[in-house]
Amino acid sequence: MSRIGVFICYCGSNIAGTVDVEAVAEMARTLPDVVHVETNKYTCSDPGQEGVRNAIISHEIDRVVVAACSPRMHEPTWRKLLADTPVNPYMLEVANIREQCSWVHKDREVATAKAMDLVKMAVAKVARLQPLHSTEIPVHKKALVIGGGIAGMQTALDIADAGFKVTIVERETSLGGKMVMLDKTFPTMDCSACICTPKMSEVGNHPNITVKSYSEVENVSGYIGNFEVTIREKAKYIDYNLCTGCGACETKCPQKVVNDFEQGMSERTAIYKMFPQAVPAKPVIDAAHCRKLAQGKCGVCAKVCPTGAINYEDEDKLTTETYGAVVFATGYKLIDWKPLYPEYGGGAYPDVITGLQFERLVNASGPTEGHILRPSDNSEPKDVVIIKCVGSRDPNKGKAYCSRACCMYSAKHAHQYLDKVPDGRCYVFYMDVRTPGKGYDEFYMNTLHDGAQYIRGRVSKIYQEGGKLICKGEDTLTSQQVTVEADMVVLETAMVPADGIDELAAKFTVGRDADSWLVEAHAKLRPVETNTAGIYLAGTCQGPKDIPDSVCQAGAAASKVIGLLNKDVLQSNPQISHVNEAICQGDGACVGICPYGAIQIVQKTFRENSRKVTRPVAQVNPGLCQGCGACTVTCRAGAMDLLGYTNESIMREVDALCQW
Amino acid sequence: MRSLNLSAISDADRRACEAIAGEAGVNLKDCYQCGKCTAGCPLADSMDLMPREVIRYLQLGAIDIVLDAKTPWICAQCVVCSSRCPQNVDICSVMRAVRLASKHAGKRPVPEADIFDDEFIANVRAHGVSNEQYLAAFYNLKSGHLMQDMGNATRMLARGLVGPAIHNTKGRANVAAVIDRALEADAERRAKAAETRGGEA
Amino acid sequence: MMKYAYFPGCSAETTGKSFTISTSYVADKIGVELVEIPDWNCCGTSAAALTSPELAVALPARSLAISERELPGLDVVAPCAGCYRSLKASLAYARESQENRDQIKRIINAPYEAKADVLTLLEVFESDDVREAITAKVQRKLRCLKVACYYGCAMVRPADVCECDNVEDPQQMDELMRLIGAEPVSWAFKTECCGAAQQMTVPVQAKPMIERIFQNAAANGADCIVTSCPLCMLNLDMREAEINAARVARGEEPFDIPCYYFTELIGLAMGAEPDEVGIGIHFHPAKTLLLQRELDALELEYAENEARAAEERKKAEMAAKIAAKKAEKAAKAAAAKSTDVAAEAEEVAR
Repeated sequence: MSRIGVFICYCGSNIAGTVDVEAVAEMARTLPDVVHVETNKYTCSDPGQEGVRNAIISHEIDRVVVAACSPRMHEPTWRKLLADTPVNPYMLEVANIREQCSWVHKDREVATAKAMDLVKMAVAKVARLQPLHSTEIPVHKKALVIGGGIAGMQTALDIADAGFKVTIVERETSLGGKMVMLDKTFPTMDCSACICTPKMSEVGNHPNITVKSYSEVENVSGYIGNFEVTIREKAKYIDYNLCTGCGACETKCPQKVVNDFEQGMSERTAIYKMFPQAVPAKPVIDAAHCRKLAQGKCGVCAKVCPTGAINYEDEDKLTTETYGAVVFATGYKLIDWKPLYPEYGGGAYPDVITGLQFERLVNASGPTEGHILRPSDNSEPKDVVIIKCVGSRDPNKGKAYCSRACCMYSAKHAHQYLDKVPDGRCYVFYMDVRTPGKGYDEFYMNTLHDGAQYIRGRVSKIYQEGGKLICKGEDTLTSQQVTVEADMVVLETAMVPADGIDELAAKFTVGRDADSWLVEAHAKLRPVETNTAGIYLAGTCQGPKDIPDSVCQAGAAASKVIGLLNKDVLQSNPQISHVNEAICQGDGACVGICPYGAIQIVQKTFRENSRKVTRPVAQVNPGLCQGCGACTVTCRAGAMDLLGYTNESIMREVDALCQW
Repeated sequence: MRSLNLSAISDADRRACEAIAGEAGVNLKDCYQCGKCTAGCPLADSMDLMPREVIRYLQLGAIDIVLDAKTPWICAQCVVCSSRCPQNVDICSVMRAVRLASKHAGKRPVPEADIFDDEFIANVRAHGVSNEQYLAAFYNLKSGHLMQDMGNATRMLARGLVGPAIHNTKGRANVAAVIDRALEADAERRAKAAETRGGEA
Repeated sequence: MMKYAYFPGCSAETTGKSFTISTSYVADKIGVELVEIPDWNCCGTSAAALTSPELAVALPARSLAISERELPGLDVVAPCAGCYRSLKASLAYARESQENRDQIKRIINAPYEAKADVLTLLEVFESDDVREAITAKVQRKLRCLKVACYYGCAMVRPADVCECDNVEDPQQMDELMRLIGAEPVSWAFKTECCGAAQQMTVPVQAKPMIERIFQNAAANGADCIVTSCPLCMLNLDMREAEINAARVARGEEPFDIPCYYFTELIGLAMGAEPDEVGIGIHFHPAKTLLLQRELDALELEYAENEARAAEERKKAEMAAKIAAKKAEKAAKAAAAKSTDVAAEAEEVAR
């Protein structure tokens, strides 16, 4: 005979505004095994919790139903409370009468009836629950950060400064990400490289940080506290123990290759460092373009290398290590606008460039040494058009979302252009100017005072005539078509997730949204965690954002990692799948469906009908199982049960709902 | 029009605007007024309302302004606006729907356009095919632009492109019947729609 | 033999005469049979669409239903872009649902299942078979002729109706022009509107549309404009004179850009005389340019042959020099060897 206590919350007027809470309580008193029912204005408040605690003692309650907000919100609160009482924390059921009832209904009568049903179901289910106990999982005190841009570097530094070991995996040949390509950063106009490269060198020299450049995650297994990660370090063809980074090889290499770092606006050699301040400050050989590696001829770099560091026989290296926590800081790329916007020339006009190209043009270490010269003829453009929202807020051709940083960096581009070309004219085509942020709107207003002509409207077409790029737009504020005969056009293009994010996220079972941004566990309350325990997010892999926000999020992710790595052991979630071996057929349907790779088939020996029988059965790895329940519905024999959500307890809920 | 009193816009006005959008298969709320339609319109510089403004007035429920506008009648139906719209709003179809609504409301802000279409259909109804020389002649007569393209007419005659002979299809009576039945179906649909709208009110 | 149902459209015997003549010339040469739909009627074009949606669907459906009955199994070709769009839109509506088809059948009072596809002539010419046939029949390549391929709106938009995946920069006509040796220029007004019927109804407002098309073609180095629509052709070719008069009055240079149907140029490349494919009845003088470019092409060919011959001569000279050097080297080696042999013999003798 169980003794159930039911606690029903008003949640101020959140629930009570639509649900007759007292009527629900009255009904609950009539339910079997319920020995105590009480209501509270705010059950989750301190006095509310005290009331629950007292009731448990005085009424000798052994199972608890809380009818209140979503369990996503306060289930952990109730579990924690129960841990201090004689009741097992898992002898709890939360009836969600707020998000799934009062908030979505208007009719009080209907909502009250539904709340009653939800409470009835919870009572029926809680009566069938069994006490569960968590086990301890050890924590490997080392973190892996994927991506060496500003978010990844900041995360790594914060974790390393707290005394933990960190590995950064960076697939490019240097740390720095996108930030190091930028010229200045808004709104303070700090030189981007001047604040980014010291961070790179700090990361490169930190005793607790290992940088694996030109490397990618190959494989991953394990779970929170114990991720076993295999990293592929691509062949660099240079022995970094011998190389001094003197650069003799780069000056002699005869093969020229389009320079991606300079956004295709200059050339580099086949043996190269991405840029002079690269970390590690040593080159790699681009195997696809190296004459020696591709055709077997040349070998100049080996001849000029004073330390004999060149090794044409080098191969990819795989290493496997265990990490307690993983942080995604994989960043973004710009959308490929060319196939999407044939009306802007689709890439046919060399002087229609992207914002990132503009950053390189205006940068003193860029291809034009900071002089704004247009790509087609290296002349100084006197009329420049900047177009915002190219690929953003454009569900027809690109993405529906706002890329968030462009309003500010387009204002920065206009300001920089007018600063460097005082007799130039600059037109910014925009739909909205979105500048929430400290000092942001002031920055935009300054750009207006610099003389940037803001035109509210999207450009419909850009075409070439008489050496000019004709931009056709509407000034929607005066309701007339406008034409600008421009010398150069800068397209502020949408941010999209970095290449390969889908495959990488799948390896770690991290969720993605429809645009492949990684999904946080809760948009407001768990913004840097993912739904896979032990995996965190930093920077633009989660969605478009600017540098200050990326750095903030990096710090937040680091603090979560530090909190985790500070623990020696973790309490496991006992609400995981359980195999009833007596009826398991060992057919492995559960193995295929499990998104976490938590189930395997093993041979086990049983005594059946007084005989020893060895047969295959499923086995659940309690560290990997996240309790999603996919296996329980897949198992034809019904051998899989999710503890805390057993098939029987759910059937009881259904029964309760159907018994009017 | 210095001030538009939004409070004076009635529910019936709003429903009339929604009905036009419905005919065009467009949700007016999709438009965020970026002006890309106007920007690419080859005739915008001769319109009284920019194409974007037509959508805007429909959003506001200002049906009279929309029905009196010349814009939908100047529109050449080239579909550039719809094809580049970031929000997939079929502006071109809206122009067509406005023009039809305006025509059925007994308005014709650009009489020439209306005369041309009516003459065209009358020509097809009579002969099964369109006889360009007579279409042009009747159009000039009815629109009052008697001398329009007269020089070109001579040039066409000289090249044997047009002549006095009238082309007729064999089944021109059948074509006329098809036109009549189509227009009947059109009238029926509009009557039904008006009834539903009235019913709501 | 490829066979299609043919929807000529109202302009086929009048303003679009050259298109009809050149189309049938080319079709004959490459073995495409065009069977005229019996008793077809006007597609209704934008006038029907601007009168009634039901009418816009019904007028084309009548001709398509006749084609389905009389020419079963044949897809319909509509060379005129305006006809194409009307037919295609009606077909798309019919294919949407049984309900739509039933409605159409009631109005046209005839059976109709919307079986056949509707194609532009360019789509017919897109097939590998036709391309090969054209290549085989080309007698002279129209080298040195820089063409601005002009598609207009009705063949590409609405993109979902016209099933067009490159609305801003279509390529079918450009590829055909390359096939016959002409040089398509890259320009920006391929699918900008010519003004269509608005050139009659709002001529003052619509005239600049034509001027801008000529302007951009000229700015991008085109000798001429190539079209595939009789209405585009009429608006461009016939009104070029009006536009030029206005330009001269404003003190601007007049244009000298003839317009051709793509089928006319293909016909020329197959050996037709200009008059044979209808070029003689254009408004803007269209023959001189062709003669000039033919001459240019011959001169270019001559220069190329000269260069090739010079190259051959140079190669032969170098080969001769190499052979001479080699012979000299061999002779020296032989001489050295014989001296060696002599020395050895002398030594043995000693």
